[in-house]
Amino acid sequence: MQYLVSVIDDGAGLATPTEQADIDVFNDRLRAEGHWVFAGGLGSPDPATVVDNRGAEAVITDGPFVESKEYLAGFWIIEAADLDVALELAAEGSRRCNRKVEVRPFL
Amino acid sequence: MQPQGGGAPVPVSRVELHETIARIHRAEWTRLVATLTRRFGDLDVAEEAVAEAFATAVERWPADGVPPNPGAWLTTTAHRKAIDRVRREAKRDGKQKEARMLYVDEPPEPLGAIDDERLRLIFTCCHPALAVQSRVALTLRMVGGLTVPEIARAFLVQESAMGRRITRAKAKIKAARIPYRVPSAADLPGRVSGVLAVLYLVFNEGYLATGPDTDPVRQDLTAEAIRLTRMIRALLPTDGEVAGLLALMLLTEARRTARVAASGELVTLDAQDRGAWDAAMVAEGHRLVRERLSAGVPPGRYQILAAINAVHTSARDPRDTDWAQVVALYDQLARLDPSPIVALNRAVAVAELDGPEVALAAVDELHGTLEGYHAFHATRADLLRRLGRNEGSRAAYDRAIELAGNTAETAYLRRRRDQLGGGRRLSSPAG
Repeated sequence: MQYLVSVIDDGAGLATPTEQADIDVFNDRLRAEGHWVFAGGLGSPDPATVVDNRGAEAVITDGPFVESKEYLAGFWIIEAADLDVALELAAEGSRRCNRKVEVRPFL
Repeated sequence: MQPQGGGAPVPVSRVELHETIARIHRAEWTRLVATLTRRFGDLDVAEEAVAEAFATAVERWPADGVPPNPGAWLTTTAHRKAIDRVRREAKRDGKQKEARMLYVDEPPEPLGAIDDERLRLIFTCCHPALAVQSRVALTLRMVGGLTVPEIARAFLVQESAMGRRITRAKAKIKAARIPYRVPSAADLPGRVSGVLAVLYLVFNEGYLATGPDTDPVRQDLTAEAIRLTRMIRALLPTDGEVAGLLALMLLTEARRTARVAASGELVTLDAQDRGAWDAAMVAEGHRLVRERLSAGVPPGRYQILAAINAVHTSARDPRDTDWAQVVALYDQLARLDPSPIVALNRAVAVAELDGPEVALAAVDELHGTLEGYHAFHATRADLLRRLGRNEGSRAAYDRAIELAGNTAETAYLRRRRDQLGGGRRLSSPAG
């Protein structure tokens, strides 16, 4: 079972060097215990571009699809047996990156 | 549980049959849902199959008679219903459900594992990834066997909204894979306190049932909460808060029959016939409180509340109540839980120790936070009455009556209001 662990930033900005070092420790644990699938940092949504090609031609819009104080600043995709395992990992992830995280199951 | 044809008088045997089915429903529902959930890996399949099995019983038993082993009959019927549904879905969805069919032909769980099955069900329904309201609703539906309309009525929510809440919770359990198991030893204390909070909510809803057409005390809910708390205690015999909650429930439930008069009116603690209290429950509650006192571990919230109730139930006559002890226990509770409700209950005890004037000053400070809470106005009304301030008391009774949802409480408050201007008998508003 795979879960998306989204990192929610509410204005803290990019990870500090200490936070980055802590995140690396956590990533090592994910790999060592077989939970690692993929992860990535996104930073601020400012450079985002929205593309909507459902109509006659693609409409390109500058900026994120939703404006809000909180935004997705990065994510992990983890492999976990069930939600209890995923929540335990998410709790450590939140502590390490010093941000709130959201856990969602993949279909 | 089951609709009956309205109008014509119902023959006695039919009434008896319905009572029999209701009794079997209470005894068997949780076990059936828990066992089927384990075997089919799906709360929704289990719930629907068990509900259908009972519907079939209601249809067939009047003509066929109650089978010699109703539990076994229901188990078999529910299994068939579940297999039918899984097959229907497998046919519809192609072969992807085939793997799940493997579960179906496993032999039934041995009887000894049943309590463990029920605990799995409780911990799953009370999982911290579910909102508290969802945990309560799901526990009452899956573990308690209440119908969606009953739960909706208990919490004054539209039936459709309650149905959606339960459906959403079941869907989340499935989609997010909330595990169907008793938590590991490391997680147990935190998870148990979540379960206790749900059971206490269920108990309180039974003890102070709301709604104009609802019985003032829903013994089915209080008994269910006690039964489930006993089950948790059997699993965690050294957990102080489990013992505390069980003691609190027992010492409260012991007063149930004395608490509502034949007229349907609430009887306050000071006016209750103490001989009508359930002596066995009081004794068991006191035993549990003593056990916790001798454990020498700082008590949690439920243990302190149980101790307060132990003080009340130790007095043969209300005048013998050790109010200083009650106030001291509320002080201890307020340090753990500095909520306005605790402050309100403390003030009720203070009125007995230091007089109504001191208590009223403390109560009035809570106006900002508790204005919408009926017990705040009922307490004020009583204190004002005792101080001879009848006009203020009447207004406070009016507001309390407006806000109270429990029929026995409303009847009591109406009478007290209508008696204003009479004597100044000492009384406490707490039940």
